[in-house]
Amino acid sequence: MEIIMSIVAGLLFTTGVYMLLQKQILRIIIGTSLISHGAHLLILTMGRLKTGAPPIIVEGVTQYTDPLPQALILTSIVISFGVTSYLLVLAYRTYKTNHTDNMDELRGTEHE
Amino acid sequence: MLHLAVLAPILFAVLVPFLYSKVRSIHTGWFVLIVPVSLFSYFLSYLPKIKEGTIVQTVNWIPSLNINYDLYLDGLSFLFSMLITGIGSLVVLYSIYYLHKSEKLGHFYVYLLIFMTAMLGVVLSDNLFVLYTFWELTSLSSFLLIGFWNHRERSRYGAQKSMLITVFGGLAMLGGFVLLSVTAGTSSIRGVIDNADLVLNSPLFTGILILILLGAFTKSAQFPFHIWLPDAMEAPTPVSAYLHSATMVKAGIYLVARLSLLFAGTDLFFILVSGFGLLTLCWGSYMAVRQTDLKGILAYSTISQLGMIMSMLGIGTEVAVFAAIFHIFNHATFKGSLFMVAGIVDHETGTRDIRRLGGLMTLMPITATLALFGTFSMAGMPLPILNGFLSKEMFFESTLNLGHEGSSLVATVAPFYPIIAIFGSIFTFVYSVLLFFKTFTGKGDLSKLEKKPHEPPFGMHLSPVILVALIVIIGLFPNLINGPIITPAVEAVYGSAPDKHIYFWHGFNSVPLLMSLIVVALGLVLYITREKWLSFYNVMPGRFSANKTYDYIVENVFTMSKKATSFYMTGSLRLYMSLILLFLVIVTGSIFIITDGFSISTDNLAPINWTEILIGLIMVGAAFATVLSNNRITSILVLGVVGFGLSLLFVIYRAPDLALTQLIVETVTVALFLLCFYHLPELKKREESVGNNLLNWIISISVGTIITLTAIASHSTKLFETISDYFVETSVPLGGGHNIVNVILVDMRGLDTMLEITVLGLAALAIFTMIKLRKDGEAD
Repeated sequence: MEIIMSIVAGLLFTTGVYMLLQKQILRIIIGTSLISHGAHLLILTMGRLKTGAPPIIVEGVTQYTDPLPQALILTSIVISFGVTSYLLVLAYRTYKTNHTDNMDELRGTEHE
Repeated sequence: MLHLAVLAPILFAVLVPFLYSKVRSIHTGWFVLIVPVSLFSYFLSYLPKIKEGTIVQTVNWIPSLNINYDLYLDGLSFLFSMLITGIGSLVVLYSIYYLHKSEKLGHFYVYLLIFMTAMLGVVLSDNLFVLYTFWELTSLSSFLLIGFWNHRERSRYGAQKSMLITVFGGLAMLGGFVLLSVTAGTSSIRGVIDNADLVLNSPLFTGILILILLGAFTKSAQFPFHIWLPDAMEAPTPVSAYLHSATMVKAGIYLVARLSLLFAGTDLFFILVSGFGLLTLCWGSYMAVRQTDLKGILAYSTISQLGMIMSMLGIGTEVAVFAAIFHIFNHATFKGSLFMVAGIVDHETGTRDIRRLGGLMTLMPITATLALFGTFSMAGMPLPILNGFLSKEMFFESTLNLGHEGSSLVATVAPFYPIIAIFGSIFTFVYSVLLFFKTFTGKGDLSKLEKKPHEPPFGMHLSPVILVALIVIIGLFPNLINGPIITPAVEAVYGSAPDKHIYFWHGFNSVPLLMSLIVVALGLVLYITREKWLSFYNVMPGRFSANKTYDYIVENVFTMSKKATSFYMTGSLRLYMSLILLFLVIVTGSIFIITDGFSISTDNLAPINWTEILIGLIMVGAAFATVLSNNRITSILVLGVVGFGLSLLFVIYRAPDLALTQLIVETVTVALFLLCFYHLPELKKREESVGNNLLNWIISISVGTIITLTAIASHSTKLFETISDYFVETSVPLGGGHNIVNVILVDMRGLDTMLEITVLGLAALAIFTMIKLRKDGEAD
């Protein structure tokens, strides 16, 4: 199962990277979202899938799934959420100021 | 005490700006004059001690690196110290009359004093790296002095040129020094010479020699690095007289002489130093004839004379070294006086162009007399009252004697040397005669000159008079300086100096005298017929010149680096992204291949479950749908599908907190996206060329592949057990909580959470700022 999930994560990265290389800001933000989904799935997969009960201590259960990757992913989800919302507002401001959302036109002046 | 003497000028330089701004009534030069004069008398006090032996003084500077401020005074250093302080005094005296009080004298004397310290440091240092430090300080102060009139474009050009060329050589020399000190195991020059065997037998020998010679050749304006010197003539004339004839350009000569004990005797040293020296001698004298500017002639003449000294050092026989040292001294006297004369002519007539000058002899008789002695000494005119003649004779003699000693290589080239020497000397004769007769005789059209020429004030004459007096005194009584100054210097360079050279005196039947007469005869013929052969300069150098090569290189360094930078710095974010990702793929991929790192193992895998595969497939499908869709609502909704699919996977993989968070975050994100759509334009159809699109696909597929491969390989080669058992065991007893993930977040790894909260807070603040803050006058 881990191998299949690795492939799924790889495919998410593929689409994410493809979106990153596009011209429109919105597509780029979608790309970053896809990549963070891929990364979260990858962290979970690397911690081994389904080796026990959910990591909540219950009397009598000795085998739990690895809680550490879950804590890491939780932190990461929140951070990527913060970044995504920031990027969205940045895209909005960029468009308002420059009247374009095309990355090829957003190049700055010669000597910047 | 020597240490203080070296640093005295630079310490005094601190006072100069105050003297300049506070005491406006007295020319600042008078105060500065104290420094070189007292240093001169101080060094003169070493005169009796030099014959007895060398003086070594040391002060620790960086002992851990074996770099100490060691000073070493022997015959050679003494000769140079006398030149630096002696001619320094005369030049300061001359500059007092040459530079008007309205010039920026504060700057001028500060630079000049820095230069004096640097030059004294170069000739007195025993440590290679201290020598290098002072060496670069001479380049720097020379740069400042050439660019003294920095409002002139030519001055700035000349300063930059000399800086680039001498610093290029200086850095090469530093490389040579590092290799030399590593090979010899010491950074002291005396130590290196003591360990000569180690250096000569080292495989690095060729590199060391060439790198050090690069430094010496660039500094001493040897072919093809001579081009900076004519352009350095934009400096005020006292600077040209001091730096670019008497002292700084001899730093390279000094270095070669100083390391002669180490290198001399090897074929490579002989052929490089004497070969380039003779080439420079001929080329410099040949080019000097073509110049029309007084200082231009003197610049090329300096180049040619330096070539002559260098070639003698390269020949390295007893006579040659003696002649070289003697000529170093003589050249400083006559070239210094000639520059001062040129400055006087410039000062009194307003031009230095020999085509406009002429007939000044009757108007400026004293200046003309001084010039007569200077030029004739430079030409090596066979009159025993001129010191230039004596050293020129020795030069001829050393080229003649070459065949008698040395290796087979020396014997092969020996017959050509006297011929080349005569050839170079003929042109030397021609330009010297030209310099004198074009300026001071004939009929000049004085009405065209800006000023009516007359003799300058006495003070301006004083310095060249002293130098010319030296020319004649040494010409008549060479033994006055031979015994006390020249012999110890020869000893320092050659190792020994038998008495016979000191009292050596040519008879009338000697071959060198014959050679001098040939030079005079042919030179006169060439001078008289010069109108007929001047057009030869259109053939050689013709259109080719080292100057053009230099300009070509300097310009192209700018354009090429600009091209290289703008090749990848296009300002396109997508290109940078592609480069970064390609780099990632190439590095990771090649590491995989090189280390044979990929492995796949089916042990310890979770069982395959169709529900999960289905969810995975849906996620992948949705991800591809975002790529292919041209409708923003579709894109965002399918992006939501990916997120919600992920939270489903979290549920299945027993991560309840993750599933919860992912669900909420995904919902909020989708809402945010939808909110932004209101303000952003429609997704356009991708107008992308097929090639670009293909490249994007290649990049993204390779990134995905690399990620998958890395994941599988790392999962298959787990080396250690997880540390999570600890969290499971201690969650309740230490953390007091049953939800292990939450205990980790707030208890075990609480710092992560704190900073993550900070990230959210910062993002919120930044969003608020972006929305609220506007530039003045900017519409909302």
